[in-house]
Amino acid sequence: MRVTKDLVAASATPIVLGILAEGESYGYAILRRISDLSGGELDWTEGFLYPLLHRLERLGHVEATWQAVAGERRRKYYRITRSGRAELAEQQRQWQTVVEALQQVWPSVGGIRPLFTPLEGNA
Amino acid sequence: MTVTNGEDELEAQFAQWREYVRRRPELVESDADELEDHLRGTVDDLVARGLAPDEAFLIAVKRMGGLDDLSREFAREHSERLWKQLMFTGGSGDPARAGRSRRDVIAMLVCAFGAAVSVKVPELAGLSFDSGDDTFYGRNIALFALPWLAAFLVWRRRPGAGVIATLVALFALGAVVVNAYPLDDDSQSFGLMVTHLPIALWLVVGLAYVSDDLRSARRRMDFIRFTGEWFVYLVLMGLGGGVLIAFLHGIFDAIGVDSDSVISNWVVPCGLVGATVVAGWLVEVKQGVIENIAPVLTRLFTPLFTVALLAFLVTIGWNGRGIEIDRETLVMFDLLLAVVLGLLLYSLSARDPQAPRGPFDVLQLALVVSALVIDALVLYTMTGRIAEYGTTPNNVAALGENIVLLVNLAWSAWLLLGFVRRRNRFAAIERWQTSYLPVYALWFWTVVLALPVLFSFR
Repeated sequence: MRVTKDLVAASATPIVLGILAEGESYGYAILRRISDLSGGELDWTEGFLYPLLHRLERLGHVEATWQAVAGERRRKYYRITRSGRAELAEQQRQWQTVVEALQQVWPSVGGIRPLFTPLEGNA
Repeated sequence: MTVTNGEDELEAQFAQWREYVRRRPELVESDADELEDHLRGTVDDLVARGLAPDEAFLIAVKRMGGLDDLSREFAREHSERLWKQLMFTGGSGDPARAGRSRRDVIAMLVCAFGAAVSVKVPELAGLSFDSGDDTFYGRNIALFALPWLAAFLVWRRRPGAGVIATLVALFALGAVVVNAYPLDDDSQSFGLMVTHLPIALWLVVGLAYVSDDLRSARRRMDFIRFTGEWFVYLVLMGLGGGVLIAFLHGIFDAIGVDSDSVISNWVVPCGLVGATVVAGWLVEVKQGVIENIAPVLTRLFTPLFTVALLAFLVTIGWNGRGIEIDRETLVMFDLLLAVVLGLLLYSLSARDPQAPRGPFDVLQLALVVSALVIDALVLYTMTGRIAEYGTTPNNVAALGENIVLLVNLAWSAWLLLGFVRRRNRFAAIERWQTSYLPVYALWFWTVVLALPVLFSFR
């Protein structure tokens, strides 16, 4: 299964902000986490993730610092900001609305009726 | 093979990859760091799963995808990076370069400030910049600006004491001559002095520019490029200064304060001499950062000037008009030759010497040849005029300039013809132009030093 480009683009910001809300992280770890969360279905490229992180930084939703954790390489860590948390809350509200609407039109997979019911007694 | 060897090899591969990344204007140093960290993360994971380091590296790079796609994505977020910016703040991480550029800024500010102070010093003796009848500033203005620019260049080049002494002596000579010669304000010699001294002094600035390698043709060509860019920057700063002055006048006018004397006694003179130094500094630091503008203008105007000159020749041939020569028209035709030479020089300066000949070279040849034909007509009329009225400082100077430019252009045309006909290499034209530079210096200093004496300060 492949998630369409539009859906990936729409969900990217809330996913990244959600991951950073768990604690600060760096690019490679974020990408791994996304892959784990989706069971490998969401496979973002670096060319997608890093410009997104830079945009969130420009918008003030995250802030970045170069840090050297003991025994590891110097890395650019991203941390969510107050405005980032507000944005995340807003995105959550919007997604909640979408998910609830979807759940109502798709009560369960079995409940999906055929689109065309045969016309009766028209012969 | 030992493990260390494998690691060395891996580091070499990382270094090479970084170099590729850094060639992309969209990806800056910190992006390269970040992406390298990412690449190392992938490699570490793959090695942990049992792959050899070089295999892991290949797979990690492959996974990251082509640099083209990557930089396109980065460009979408960072479009400003595609516009080469002139960084004043030295944002780069290289401390040595940042330190050097900071010292350059300080030296530039010292020189510009020195120029601004020096231009105000004569006022202590009661001379004023905007008084119309006194010509002190009119004669000396170049002497308040260009020595400071030369000082800035000397600071950057660090030439030997001999060169510095020569520079000081030449500037001093200019200062003495322009003030000590008993020139009447209305005399022709005075006009010649005012117009020729700044150019003579500019060629001294050129000496300062090439002072770290006096014989190098490349350095002289750099000075030609420097001249063009410096001029463009000075004009641009002049436009900005005009806007500043207009607002300064307007806003103080609104509160009923007359700012005219401040503008004409402080802003204009200090701004003028300061801008001279700042323009020189800008050209020095921006070298290689931004495309040079003078060659672009040349590229635009060479075809237009060629058409204009050919049209002029056709018109002369069609209705048989002779050129009516008086002093103004002769000066104009001198300037025309200078412009043609400038067009030639600045397209030379931007040209890749190895590039094959193209239609533009033919166009240039047409431009130079038509300028030569026009000049031959002018000279023909001029000799008649000298025979009729005798020599004056003005027509000797104009004639001399004409000959200096004519010799240059004639030989350039010959070399260009050889180049277009595949007889000689392009470098010959470049070498001719750079070795001709001292001739200009010689002529302009002759006009400044000798002509007034020869004509007993007429």
